[in-house]
Amino acid sequence: MEEIRFISAIGALGAGVHASSFEEAMSHEPHFIAADAGTTDAGPYSLGGGQPAFPREMVKHDLTLMLRAGRRAAIPVLVGSAGTAGGDTHVDWTLDIAREIAAEQGLTFRAAVIYSEQDKSYLKGLLRENRIRPLHPAPHIDEEVIDRSIRIVGMMGVEPLQRAIEAGADFVLAGRCSDSALFAAVPILRGFPEGLSWHAGKVSECGTMAAENLGKGVIFGQIRRDHAVIRPFGPGLRCTPQSVAAHGLYENADPYLHKESSGTLDLSRATFESIDDVSVRIKGSTLIPSDTYTVKLEGAELIGYQSIVIGGIRDPFIIRRLDSWLAGVRQRIEEAVAEVLGNTLSRSQYQLIFHIYGRDAVMGNLEPNRATIANEVGLVLEATAPTQEMATKIAMLSRQPLLHHPVPEWKGSITTFACLHNPAHIDRGPVYRFNFNHVALPHTREEMFRTKLVDLGGSKAS
Amino acid sequence: MRLASLATLIRSKNAGPFSLTFDIMFADQESYFRVKRSGALNANVFAKLYHCAPETVRFFECDNALAFKFSMPRPIFQGDLGDGDLHGGQQFAPLMEVEVS
Repeated sequence: MEEIRFISAIGALGAGVHASSFEEAMSHEPHFIAADAGTTDAGPYSLGGGQPAFPREMVKHDLTLMLRAGRRAAIPVLVGSAGTAGGDTHVDWTLDIAREIAAEQGLTFRAAVIYSEQDKSYLKGLLRENRIRPLHPAPHIDEEVIDRSIRIVGMMGVEPLQRAIEAGADFVLAGRCSDSALFAAVPILRGFPEGLSWHAGKVSECGTMAAENLGKGVIFGQIRRDHAVIRPFGPGLRCTPQSVAAHGLYENADPYLHKESSGTLDLSRATFESIDDVSVRIKGSTLIPSDTYTVKLEGAELIGYQSIVIGGIRDPFIIRRLDSWLAGVRQRIEEAVAEVLGNTLSRSQYQLIFHIYGRDAVMGNLEPNRATIANEVGLVLEATAPTQEMATKIAMLSRQPLLHHPVPEWKGSITTFACLHNPAHIDRGPVYRFNFNHVALPHTREEMFRTKLVDLGGSKAS
Repeated sequence: MRLASLATLIRSKNAGPFSLTFDIMFADQESYFRVKRSGALNANVFAKLYHCAPETVRFFECDNALAFKFSMPRPIFQGDLGDGDLHGGQQFAPLMEVEVS
């Protein structure tokens, strides 16, 4: 095998595979099709709440195109970080969609389903053995943090994917998975250089974001012994040396060194050159093998339940003393909460946060122009408490203080806050935080991931 | 000259839930190397703009991408209480005003 070819069908499964570009790329005879389905960029809700960030219909649309093409060409299809967060529930949600597609499209195929959610007592064991190490910066963790986590996933590298391919899987459905590993697994298994395979994956995993211009399409990769070629298929799309090099920067703290389970991808000596109008040749990327195999952990825990109030202030007398006025409002809310909920809720059990749009809501303490305030400010009050009922009550109790807290320049009764909605509060339900930025050092490369083979569709239907 | 009038893209983004990263990109070598040679961008300048300790800032000059990169720990972790920018996408504006000689 002189070269191995692949399609990155979409940067995020469910964002909408561009059918005609995908078909055009299929005519170049790829050896596998892959798409990443996950991200932490959407926030901790997906991992904490067990919900995908994309609608089921769109995931089904994308997966249908991929599975149909994969079966037609008899090549494997890989999907990683299923259902956004890659927890077991997210994997099963995606498997259910695949099962439906198999039945509807009359497809028969073997799926390898790889779970990556972590058992809490296993993790506590690793912690006791000093086999969980912080990355930087990392929140504090201990056994209590593990216990109160709703879900903790481990990010797999190429190994579980390769075992699945070796087991004859036509469709590899992985829980939380390194984005690049989805694309590096098969080439490395077939003996192509690790550095080029990981780098080609890194460039391709966001789909057409590696192209110079934004647009619909897919990314097509070719990996050879001493170089890789990346090109887009899609109307007007092209990759340039700069666009491909620049994509190495995107969402990465370090543009040159990318830590993976089995080593560090080193791009510091990588070179990029145009070979035609749309294609870029990559050389010189290397994988520095790691002495210790590590698995990145992602966890989410419940912060509490939230209710918010949205409104605005236009009165210049209030705006010029906004902080002291809001301090007064806050005090009156706290007094009301103490009076109504004081028996069941202490002050340390709930949080009141004002986001002041028009001043510093977007940048918070990083805002350099805090003194410059617009004619009006938008205000979002977030009340967070241990139950939704409590959060809702706090938000309801906030309305009167916001509406009628005195302004010294005015004599008589005034209304000080423009509510956007009726009712003034909106219940947000549970809110979560990410609570791990750590790596685990498993005893073996396999022990953190569980694979089951499922035959879908046709007479082999399970 | 303001950095915003030399760069083709100044952006910020999460680099995972615990870090922010900032990219400053250029269309041509001339503008990129002009900024590089001027020394207008470095960890100290960034630390001052973003109220953080210079030793927590990572700064990269990426010649092959015609880009500079800064990374810093997130002041509030992504999505935690008080975070006003879930994707970290609107944190770059102060960089636009950096003066390049």
